[in-house]
Amino acid sequence: MTVTGAHTEEREVRVGPLTARVLVGGTGEPLLFLHGAAGLMWDPFLDGLAASHTVYAVHHPGSGEGEDLSHLPGIWELVLFYDELLDALGLDRVTVVGHSFGGMVAAELAANSPRRVDRLVLLAPIGLWLDEHPIPDIAGMPPTELPALVLADPTGPLARAMEVPADDPQAQFEAAMRMASILHFIWPIPDKGLDRRIHRVSAPTLLVWGEQDRLVDPAYGPAFVGHLRDARLVTVPDAGHLPHLENPAPVAEAVHGFLDTKES
Amino acid sequence: MKSIFFHLMPYRDLPVDFEQRYESIWVTPPNTELCDPRRVAQYYQWNLDELELADALGFDGVGVNEHHQNGYGFMASPNLMAASLARRTPNNSAIMVLGNTLALYAPATRVAEEFAMLDVLSNGRLAAGFPVGTSMDVNFCYGVTPTETRPRFREAEELITRAWTEPGPFTFNGRYNQLRYVNPWPQPLQQPHPPVWLAGGGSVETWELAAAKNYTYSYLSFFGAKFGKKLMDGFWSTMDELGIDRNPFRAGFAQQICVSETDERAEQEYLEHVTYFFNKCLHIPPYFFEAPGYRTRKSTEFAIKTNQPGAIAAAAALEKNWKTLVEEGFIIAGSPSTVADRLIEVARTLRVGNLHALLQIGSMPHELTKKNITLFAEEVIPRIRHIWDDEGWTHEWWPSGAAVRAVTAEPAAQV
Repeated sequence: MTVTGAHTEEREVRVGPLTARVLVGGTGEPLLFLHGAAGLMWDPFLDGLAASHTVYAVHHPGSGEGEDLSHLPGIWELVLFYDELLDALGLDRVTVVGHSFGGMVAAELAANSPRRVDRLVLLAPIGLWLDEHPIPDIAGMPPTELPALVLADPTGPLARAMEVPADDPQAQFEAAMRMASILHFIWPIPDKGLDRRIHRVSAPTLLVWGEQDRLVDPAYGPAFVGHLRDARLVTVPDAGHLPHLENPAPVAEAVHGFLDTKES
Repeated sequence: MKSIFFHLMPYRDLPVDFEQRYESIWVTPPNTELCDPRRVAQYYQWNLDELELADALGFDGVGVNEHHQNGYGFMASPNLMAASLARRTPNNSAIMVLGNTLALYAPATRVAEEFAMLDVLSNGRLAAGFPVGTSMDVNFCYGVTPTETRPRFREAEELITRAWTEPGPFTFNGRYNQLRYVNPWPQPLQQPHPPVWLAGGGSVETWELAAAKNYTYSYLSFFGAKFGKKLMDGFWSTMDELGIDRNPFRAGFAQQICVSETDERAEQEYLEHVTYFFNKCLHIPPYFFEAPGYRTRKSTEFAIKTNQPGAIAAAAALEKNWKTLVEEGFIIAGSPSTVADRLIEVARTLRVGNLHALLQIGSMPHELTKKNITLFAEEVIPRIRHIWDDEGWTHEWWPSGAAVRAVTAEPAAQV
């Protein structure tokens, strides 16, 4: 889905027994974008990235009709899926940007294939666990409570965009299947051992956190920094768990600043 | 029709304002706040006394099941209860364990072993229940990934039945169970293995398994036959499509039942305890019912097509007064003849040969429960026992070591 005027195309790419659906837009060095549990939309943040990069935004596998998830029993197979997808796309080295669950997968990919990832941007990633800051169980609460967890302003337009009509069981089900395909990799606790592997990441890394992230507490920022060889953390005011959408300007500035330094 | 006294083992003394103060009866009701082990010690004695009474009075079976972190059923291990019953049911009722939640156990050979032990201990009286399990138990309490619920169930079902029937040792290379040596001691007494009773809430896949493996299926819900009609129609049309006969003993259903001397007296005696059950024991938020991925696409499409979500919401929204509960069929209550007439009608409507009679409901105290069990055994069972006789079906799923009460005999023992 495109919510901007940018020119994008959707490609279907065969990856072993699976078919990846990839939105491609922009020109420049290749950039892989991995979305979070809310799903993939071509939003202004991706538009901004596409101004200086060829963006490959991948639909997370497993929410459709097929048996994709049976081929991807765990995070290891998911990482190999992305590694193989890069081969199929003919991309040797890429910048990887991931949000939330996509941030966890991005970090895993960079740990598994450090030579493939030259820059890493993690927006409010999950993947680590701090007992003193437990990440709430998003399946074990009323959906109506989610906006207050993930948005600094739970009454704004982003909150309305997140709503699934309660009187539409089919829409509810499709939303549940999308969520199921994410929970498949992180149930019951989103800690699948990244802390044992993250030291392998060699790419310079930018971490971005919304100050009012009540889903993944900003305390996770320093925890990630502590595990990484070369990392910097930017905290954004007036933003929750979707900082790139809720307060886009400072996020764009931080991300573009970070990515532009590569050429210098 | 076979009558099984099915005991949920609820907490009978929840606070009056429980449903206002707490999120859920299941998964999160805080244990130290709400569950007093001294009270539970008393409940367990009552529960087992009630089940043993049912055996003595001539029920065909006594039933227990598995739930976790649940205020309406804290029988984390039904096998422990069944072991106790195996030794204290001299009238040789079937021991119905409905069942062990297979997806929770890896290796699932644990279930094969414990069920085999129970079968041997009870001299072949075990019915081995294989429920898929609720999302509350499987996903939330035991942390099984929702999308793995059914694959784990199916793999465990295969492993257990093979462990019971194939000469050991053999090797089993599953996705969730990898065992170099499968060789349980003992294998079950019943041959080829204890009858498998599937239990569920209407998943299409479960019906197909029942057909493929010739298992019996029990529809377990608390909303009665009116609600269950669409589901059981779905079950039978699946059987028809797959070329399976319409033997009513392939199917069972659960029903809350209150028997008294008269219809009026039933309301006076039972209303409080039944409303306790519906208001407190079914106080479960929708998000616990179905973690995303718990249900398959196929079953969800069937659920949407038959408007299950709407029907559940409508049932939940009803005020649980006596008239509504009786009219909607959530309970079958009244004098023995009223109860028997309704049960016969319901059994014929759903075409079921196995009745899981829920006769201890909510806060129902021990003495009233004994009265309910006794009136049911003495006044209702004789009227419903023979309703399928004229069709001449064989009950292929009844444990071979259990007493067959084909004629209504004098109970072997009085309590």
